[in-house]
Amino acid sequence: MISLTTPLTAEAVRNLKVGDEVFISGIVCTGRDAVHKYLHEGGALPEGVNLSGGIIYHCGPVVIKDAAGAWKVVAAGPTTSTREEPYQWQIIRDHQVRGVIGKGGMGPRTQAACKEYGCVYLHAVGGAAQVLAECVKRVRNVYFLEKFGSPEAIWELEVENFPAVVTIDAHGRSLHEEVFKASNAALSGHIASAPAH
Amino acid sequence: MHSLLESLIELIRRTSAEVPDDVHRAIVGSLENEKKGTIAESALKIIERNIDLAKRKSQPLCQDTGSVLFYVDAPIGLDQITFAETAREAVKQATKKGYLRQNSVDSLTGKNDGTNCGPGAPTLHFHQHRSPDLQVRLVLKGGGCENVGAQYSLPDEATGANRDLNGCRRVILDAVLQAQGKGCGPGILGVCIGGDRATGYEWSKTQFLRRLDDVNPVPELAALEQEIVKTSNDLGIGPMGFGGKTTLLGCKIVTANRVPASYFVSVSYMCWAYRRQGITLDSSGAIQGWLY
Repeated sequence: MISLTTPLTAEAVRNLKVGDEVFISGIVCTGRDAVHKYLHEGGALPEGVNLSGGIIYHCGPVVIKDAAGAWKVVAAGPTTSTREEPYQWQIIRDHQVRGVIGKGGMGPRTQAACKEYGCVYLHAVGGAAQVLAECVKRVRNVYFLEKFGSPEAIWELEVENFPAVVTIDAHGRSLHEEVFKASNAALSGHIASAPAH
Repeated sequence: MHSLLESLIELIRRTSAEVPDDVHRAIVGSLENEKKGTIAESALKIIERNIDLAKRKSQPLCQDTGSVLFYVDAPIGLDQITFAETAREAVKQATKKGYLRQNSVDSLTGKNDGTNCGPGAPTLHFHQHRSPDLQVRLVLKGGGCENVGAQYSLPDEATGANRDLNGCRRVILDAVLQAQGKGCGPGILGVCIGGDRATGYEWSKTQFLRRLDDVNPVPELAALEQEIVKTSNDLGIGPMGFGGKTTLLGCKIVTANRVPASYFVSVSYMCWAYRRQGITLDSSGAIQGWLY
């Protein structure tokens, strides 16, 4: 297990490789479909949000206000990342993002951007909303709540020991690409050997 | 219908926070079967912890509380209009309580009014039956797994699938391959062979109402279900697509008649966070028993 603390340095990111299990502590900002499209189309980050050396979390949490009026994250697992594939490379480049947390992996453009700019894709366990919500210690702020709605807003979260696996590293490797190739070959072999009845 | 409202809110709460026992057993079995010290095993351990935590805290297993799908088996004479109104109210209140995320978006304007109600949301399927029992089943189906569903029109040249059971097998396995870990595997497939496009998908989802440990009464389909699970697990996609032994926890298949010109195979994918529960209600609307 490797501990990572934000902001991440290029060196810390380059030391990671596919298959590493990490615990993330520090600040992560959620961002999903609406935020990615908005930034891709040239939208500015809201004042107060700095992604440099930071981590974007593909997540639309369930957040409620407690009796005292403070935000409380009650469920916060990752959403499917491939939907951000058209945009992610550019956001990594333009905002010096060092880590992207999500699930399901991403494609070749993100993979290339991770290598070129020094970023990693960190796979959280999809559906594990409670385990991951427990790692969120505080909601620091929320942006674009009105504009995009709660799941699509930017939630600035303080996390502690948030578990994830490096599945795309900064050296050009992707576990998703490797598993797809291996499973595709296994299926082709199975079909070829099965009797065609 | 005060009591019915409370019963439906409780159905939503429990569905959102707990996987049914049959699913839980399958997950525990896959954890025991997975190779120790792998990231696949780590993922399943987190899943197992999550199931425990969600149940204890009575909070959503997954933050994507999904499409809200009600399946109502109703006696003759049930006022479906009032029932539907009560179900919508239950959804609104369950959302306020945090059992459901504010999860329903106007497709034209992009607005989320925070109620989870709107055109097509929630979805209610009514089936009349001659029994006096009123049974309500609920499936919460997240978007990640819904997005990896697939519909094939046979013959399908890309997979070499002809219009026969072997062709069905090929396209179902192709759906598993294409899904990889994106649908939050280990997953469960609901499949419909035949039907028109809409019926095919609809029936594929009704397969999620079946228990994982049941046996298909049609021997050919029972054999195909088993073979799909075994072959998928041999592909090595694994939990979350990390590689490993458990790609599917189950596969359930139904057939619908088709017109001679069409041959659809509709595949719906359910994530491990398989949220499905059901209740039997008495005449006052109170919960008489749980169905899973």
